[in-house]
Amino acid sequence: MIRTEELLLNVGPQHPSTHGVLRVVVKLDGEVITHVEPVIGYLHRGTEKLAESLNYTQIIPYTDRMDYVSAMTNNYVLCYAVEKMMGIEVPERAQFLRLIVMELQRIASHLVWWGTYLLDVGALSPFLFAFNDRERILQLFNELCGARLTYNYMRVGGVKWDAPEGWIDKVKAFVKDMKGRLDEYHNLVSGNEIFLARVKGIGAYDAETAIQYGLTGANLRCTGVKWDLRKNEPYCIYDRFDFDIPVGKNGDCYDRYYVRTEEIRQSLRILEQALEQFPPEGETMGKVPRAIRPPAGEVYVRIESPRGEIGCYIVSKGKAEPYRLKFRRPSFVNLQILPKLLVGESMTNLVTILGGIDIVLGEVDC
Amino acid sequence: MSEEQKQNGARPEEGEAKAPEQQADGQPQAAETPQPAADQQQPGVEPKHAEAQQSAGEAKQSAPQPAAEPSQPAASQPAAAQEKRPLTDEEKEARRQAALAARAAKLAAQGGAAAGASAGAAAGARAAAGGAAAAGGEGAAAEPPKPSPNQPKLDRAVQLLKELVAEDAVEEATLNPFNDDMPTLVIRGEHWLKAAEVLRDHKEFGFRFLRNVAGVDYETHMEVVYHLLNMDSGDTYCVKVRTNRDNPSVPSVTPLWSTANWQEREIYDLLGIAFPGHPDLRRIMLPEDWVGHPLRKDYVPLDPEV
Repeated sequence: MIRTEELLLNVGPQHPSTHGVLRVVVKLDGEVITHVEPVIGYLHRGTEKLAESLNYTQIIPYTDRMDYVSAMTNNYVLCYAVEKMMGIEVPERAQFLRLIVMELQRIASHLVWWGTYLLDVGALSPFLFAFNDRERILQLFNELCGARLTYNYMRVGGVKWDAPEGWIDKVKAFVKDMKGRLDEYHNLVSGNEIFLARVKGIGAYDAETAIQYGLTGANLRCTGVKWDLRKNEPYCIYDRFDFDIPVGKNGDCYDRYYVRTEEIRQSLRILEQALEQFPPEGETMGKVPRAIRPPAGEVYVRIESPRGEIGCYIVSKGKAEPYRLKFRRPSFVNLQILPKLLVGESMTNLVTILGGIDIVLGEVDC
Repeated sequence: MSEEQKQNGARPEEGEAKAPEQQADGQPQAAETPQPAADQQQPGVEPKHAEAQQSAGEAKQSAPQPAAEPSQPAASQPAAAQEKRPLTDEEKEARRQAALAARAAKLAAQGGAAAGASAGAAAGARAAAGGAAAAGGEGAAAEPPKPSPNQPKLDRAVQLLKELVAEDAVEEATLNPFNDDMPTLVIRGEHWLKAAEVLRDHKEFGFRFLRNVAGVDYETHMEVVYHLLNMDSGDTYCVKVRTNRDNPSVPSVTPLWSTANWQEREIYDLLGIAFPGHPDLRRIMLPEDWVGHPLRKDYVPLDPEV
């Protein structure tokens, strides 16, 4: 008789495959996972508490630091909530700029995911490809607002900076190049047998489970549920553009991969149309009172971030600071399903499944 | 003419009401700038000078004449002969109308600013209406000022919950004017679990998706706020459950929606609301030995240095 023992293994919080400071305590029976306990909070900065003593404009930089891979959408959700409460009209040009940066951000975020995910499953070079292309987006953002990661670009009522001379043409050139690059990516990776063996049928769940766990974004769409807030509850000016919602079928890691790469293509489609219709001139800030004081009341707005539904719930008492500000962070909600997916899987699939959920720890811990 | 220019143009008209002060002010101005011709290209400025000149002239005669014509800035080249000509009734009437319109616009803009809304009159009105509705919502179930397409939904929801859960299950039912008139229900804590089940499973609700759970400390009481979504109809409702502040507790809905698990843990951690029925209620963000619940309004950090 061979004696077997349960092995307690601590993954993270300082491990590259956990994409930040996530700690996963797993119990193993041989190579099979029997129990999983995600431990979070290492990056908890109390954003919601801090926000209660800041005015709305001061909170915007804090939103940059939640989901730092997709700061533009975080900026937007806060500004959108305040604008909704105060009934502020955002000028046309600012709407276009917002939409363009949000879609560029979606591409940048998916590129980070694509590169690091393939790194997780053992392919090194795609990471370099993806970061090369993402760099071009960061350069564009840098030119627009002087920052590469924490943009602090949007304001209640519009955007801080107008597009500099020639910027739109540079974005156009990027969109054109990126379409070709995406085909290259697919040629390089998507049909690779080793890759397919690692992701096909791994970490699968059905639509019912996804809804039960409140999953959003690609994690929901991979099961075939056609739910994208850009279409279902349009915000900004998304209702003016023609694009599809890619959905998967099997709800496994491959379908999540497919949905995200297809979303890059759809974002490029939106960008093409938006750049074509971009108003040649106009205001970038709407009429905003000097003191931003939303009237007493509350609002819950939600938009489609690259990771799913990011929501902002504001309770205002008519002061310059929010009485309570709560962010519904998609990474935090999506991560909950991890223990369910991992139990019974082999240890090698831990990084594949975790990577497939696409979390950003700044957002999980907030 | 832009709105700003209109207001500039209207300013002398407004002066009519307090004519003596204006005239007194106007006199030294006219003395300091004896040649307004330099400013004549600016249509907004021109009437002011015209008025100043005129009132200077009037003051000499000590005759309370109305101010100059802002409605015809291009035509009113200030000639000395024209200034003394008495106004016709038509001109007076036109001026009165212009003044009334300008005053109304200014009042609307001021009202908007007071309500914390943008300068636009429409936005101001909207915000004022919203504030009124929200204030009304504090008391018993208040009707919003105008019927909304969501009103029948709200009424039906209240009716169903009363029938299927309990007569006193719904404490309040309002529409949130800031949130596209989102139906907002306040459910009594003791009926919450049953009401949640009805909201999820009844075919007229069908809220299979729980999008958000938030906790709020209102200092007098605590509230847990749920945002529910029906993916087929696209309906989103907001449901709140109130609890006392000394021993806050709200039944857990994790058995109904798994997504509530961590969200309830987070609220427990940061606000100290207990969720009986939760499978694993522990702190999630802060360490187990943390003292206090930071999102409470009376939270004092144990170590002020941290």
